[in-house]
Amino acid sequence: MSTLFGSSIKRREDPRLITGKGTFVDDVSLAGMVYAGILRSPYAHAKIKKIDATAARGLSGVLAVYTGADLTDALIPVPCAWNLPNADLKLPPHPHLAVEKVRYVGDGVAMVIAESRAIVRDALDLIDVDYEPLKAVVNPEAALKPGAPVLHADVAGNQAFKWVVAGGDADGAFAKAEVKVALTIKQNRLLPTAMEPRAAVASYNAGTGQLTLWATSQNPHIHRFLCSVMLKLPEHRVRIISPDVGGGFGSKIPAYADEALVAFASMKLGRPVKWTEDRSENYKATIHGRDHVQYVELCGTKAGQITGIRTTVYAGLGAYASTAGPGVPTILHGLMYSGAYTIPNIHGTIYGAYTTTTPVDAYRGAGRPEATYLIERLVDTFARELGADPVEVRRKNFIPQDKFPYTVATGITYDSGNYEGTLDKALGMLDYKGFRAEQAKALKQGRFLGVGVCTYTEICGLGPSQVAGAIGFGGGLYDSAIVRVYPTGMVRVYIGTKPHGQGEETTFAQIVADEFGYPVESVEIVSGDTDNTPQGWGTYGSRTTAVGGTAVKIAAQRVKEKAKKLAAHLLEANERDLEWKDGKFMVRGSPDKAKGFAELALMANVAWNMPAGLEPGLEATAFFDPSNFVYPFGAHLCTVEVDAETGQVKILRYIAVDDCGNVINPMIVDGQVHGGVIQGIGEALQEIAIYDDDGQLLTGTMMDYAVPKASQMPHLELARTVTPSPVNPMGVKGVGETGTIAAAATVVNAVCDALAPLGIRHIDKPLTPATVWAAIQRAKGGAA
Amino acid sequence: MIPVQFDYVRATSLNDALKTLAGGDGTKVIAGGHSLIPLLRFRLAQPAKLLDIAGIKELSGISEYKRGLRIGAATTYRDILDSALVRDRYQVMMDATSGIGDVQVRNRGTIGGGVAHADPAADMPGVLLALGASFNLRSKRGKRVVAARDFFQGTFATALAEDELLIDMVVPPLPRGGASAYVSIEQAASGYALAGAAVVVKCSRKTVTECSLALTGLSDRAFLAEAAAKLLVGTKADPDTLQRVGAAAVEGIEITGDIHAPAEYRRHLAAVVVGRAIRAAIDRV
Ligand SMILES: Cc1cc2nc3c(=O)[nH]c(=O)nc-3n(C[C@H](O)[C@H](O)[C@H](O)COP(=O)(O)OP(=O)(O)OC[C@H]3O[C@@H](n4cnc5c(N)ncnc54)[C@H](O)[C@@H]3O)c2cc1C
Repeated sequence: MSTLFGSSIKRREDPRLITGKGTFVDDVSLAGMVYAGILRSPYAHAKIKKIDATAARGLSGVLAVYTGADLTDALIPVPCAWNLPNADLKLPPHPHLAVEKVRYVGDGVAMVIAESRAIVRDALDLIDVDYEPLKAVVNPEAALKPGAPVLHADVAGNQAFKWVVAGGDADGAFAKAEVKVALTIKQNRLLPTAMEPRAAVASYNAGTGQLTLWATSQNPHIHRFLCSVMLKLPEHRVRIISPDVGGGFGSKIPAYADEALVAFASMKLGRPVKWTEDRSENYKATIHGRDHVQYVELCGTKAGQITGIRTTVYAGLGAYASTAGPGVPTILHGLMYSGAYTIPNIHGTIYGAYTTTTPVDAYRGAGRPEATYLIERLVDTFARELGADPVEVRRKNFIPQDKFPYTVATGITYDSGNYEGTLDKALGMLDYKGFRAEQAKALKQGRFLGVGVCTYTEICGLGPSQVAGAIGFGGGLYDSAIVRVYPTGMVRVYIGTKPHGQGEETTFAQIVADEFGYPVESVEIVSGDTDNTPQGWGTYGSRTTAVGGTAVKIAAQRVKEKAKKLAAHLLEANERDLEWKDGKFMVRGSPDKAKGFAELALMANVAWNMPAGLEPGLEATAFFDPSNFVYPFGAHLCTVEVDAETGQVKILRYIAVDDCGNVINPMIVDGQVHGGVIQGIGEALQEIAIYDDDGQLLTGTMMDYAVPKASQMPHLELARTVTPSPVNPMGVKGVGETGTIAAAATVVNAVCDALAPLGIRHIDKPLTPATVWAAIQRAKGGAA
Repeated sequence: MIPVQFDYVRATSLNDALKTLAGGDGTKVIAGGHSLIPLLRFRLAQPAKLLDIAGIKELSGISEYKRGLRIGAATTYRDILDSALVRDRYQVMMDATSGIGDVQVRNRGTIGGGVAHADPAADMPGVLLALGASFNLRSKRGKRVVAARDFFQGTFATALAEDELLIDMVVPPLPRGGASAYVSIEQAASGYALAGAAVVVKCSRKTVTECSLALTGLSDRAFLAEAAAKLLVGTKADPDTLQRVGAAAVEGIEITGDIHAPAEYRRHLAAVVVGRAIRAAIDRV
């Protein structure tokens, strides 16, 4: 029956976006608008002895200069919204502008409001701040050592939390184990680098007491809530509008000081205020991702059965706990330690550490890449220790297809899976045996080829709200939709999620159009404005389709049920005798007695002839709260050649076989996988945010931070299997993050495979030429 | 990312430009702006006035000159890539130019701007050194010719005086029957060279009879490696010789180390690119 579900129609948002007709926050221009700029600390850690803004205030065109002291009474500090339980979580206050002390390069110190951007910039240069530099600490493990400089007076030893995940008896398993392997892994700190940096326009109407805030947001309802808290405004007087958003990758989830500051200024001055980050500011002031130091070990039998995993992880949170900061390296990470395998004994201790760096929060994958990577690196290391094929070791430990739903040792229950299916398909695409032969031949000629495999699963489609409450997530995780049918039959769908590049203006319209027997053009998807969209929780954690899309589907079904009642009435037939065919309700057996959807929309909206008990109008609202998360999975394979002379890694082939359940639009899913894999390859080969010991960010621009370029990336060979999720009626899973989750492990496994003949066991990402070359030199020197 | 306020003037002629520069008011020349504008936006440069030379006809274009080339300072990389003269005779320049930046950079960035900016990791300085180019400079005070080897004086430092314009670069012909090549290993983010080698060789019956070799990306400036080039002459460029030449090329050079490449790695890369560039050039003979 469906015609659009499953078809690769082109993205309807693209003509607008690629011809410059999108509306981004920076495109919003209001009468009387003035501009804001934030003076940011050049020191990682320093006492503020004095701020002299006299000269800045005196500059023509400057309306105001605010410092931390001006805000302490006006604003509630920036909240962290993930109150991780059972972890002795310490959440020191995060002022909107630093008071007394700055804690990272980029920490806000003062805000200038002026008539033009140029004047703002000049005024920032005129603010004189007297700093007394303090010692910095940038490494999360070092931050927890005795004697490390302390960031927050009320957080002794910089420890934000200690969180433990445990299942089975890991210590017992290790004590008995025949084989043990261990690795020390650094999860490189990453810069999310959305194409559009953050921006905000605030307009406060003193007459109505209403604040409208245009903001680059992945979750406008969360921002409405947190802004109302920070600004002490009643929530119903705060309206967030998140228009077109140029990517987020997690960086537009958190509540930041800056957007609230802009709103504060508008409230103070009675003028609309705009602030737009530039790229260098973005790299300092917008959250970073990853940043773990991980000590991990795996044990098993000589026959290749994995019996346990143990970890000690130091997760850098940056200077303050960002909105979801404490949840990312714990709930979204430690609970996934079983990977795609039946590992009966698991123990992980995760320490959160405050460091004098930009706050760290969710970045594409958010916790799961750091889990997948350590598991998949360990499994490879285990296989090598056994002298076994890494593919076969994985196969041996897979959760069998007939065991789903399957509860792993960490206590979560995977919804569905067929891990062998994706693996077999990927191996077939590669000709794995053939490549192994080629590899052996190449080695004889002194060439280093390698193949990496990663069989991942991940937790997404966040998630049941009840679980959200239990894990300290400060919100719900259901989502919502209103399907509204106009008298002419045209449809608008208002959603609680906030697509910002993922393509739901297309895929959600496919869902609804199918339901009504419509072409996709008759359906518009509306998101981002909290004044016309129902309460929702946003777009992250690959939840938008599995949760928000399901709400759309249910709302559309409700509309259709009502239309059916009306059709029965108008056709003078029993509802039970109606069938839905070719976009019409028709009386079974008499095809001339039929009502099309558009005609029913008109009749419902004019309400001239409604059956008794049926309200006029044709719209429905649905809130969908899933019963579980969804667990997409897949097998990625990659072959590489390492130039041992220069350390350069060349990816020869990259094969991704993913299973995200039923697929609404294959082209869009491919696009998500492309983007995800490329970001994962970037993480594996070239992306790293580097701080020096003084806490200066050395990769502060794109001249030094290596975002992947198209010319540097391989062709990707994609395929899928389909294992529907039982958790939602469409059987869909998330696919926004799978590529990133799988790719880093795949590539690093391939390079380590290539260099294994030299005795190299592990090299930390990113595998830049310099890093790989140094590892080769060490191996040749005999000190691998 | 907003520069300090500045004045902007567009030169109507070469004379007009030189007159403006003679004013001694800290006027800065702008050509394609690809190096200068980032400096302005970071406020690392704060000139009071910009003089736009893009409209001066005499400054752009490639022509044959004394059997070699004359390349106007304001010639874009795009123009170089499109030049049949360069393509037919100066493979080393094609190699380097095609790897500079991306399409946008090549469309607007000029060779003169790149040279005058003197980024220590820029590709073209090495090429011009290896080719033995000489640079024509002019100011209200007069003209002078500076050899490429004397032009590059350090990080962002050249022989250009404040009131001087780079007019053009004169490139002599390759030795008859010679060939050339440029090989670099790029820094992943910027695309600039971690190490780059430009080579011109002439061979006679598989034996190298002439060689010119220059390197870039390794230290505070691009430099000629004459002693190393001499080691190659009279050899068949066998692997051992290439090793020796590569090592000699950076002897006595203070090598840069940074987050992208520690000095030890750069030193090693120097030998690699020298060897690869020599092989590539010889293969083209
Ligand atoms: C994204 C990007 C990537 C790049 N990648 C590479 C790369 O891979 N390899 C590489 O080598 N380079 C690279 N570059 C640098 C590029 O080659 C230079 O920016 C460009 O050539 C500079 O020329 P321009 O005309 O834009 O100079 P401008 O920016 O206009 O000027 C640069 C400097 O030269 C001076 N100047 C310009 N013309 C003259 C003249 N005729 N006489 C005297 N002084 C003059 C200016 O006053 C200024 O100081 C890259 C640049 C960018 C932006």
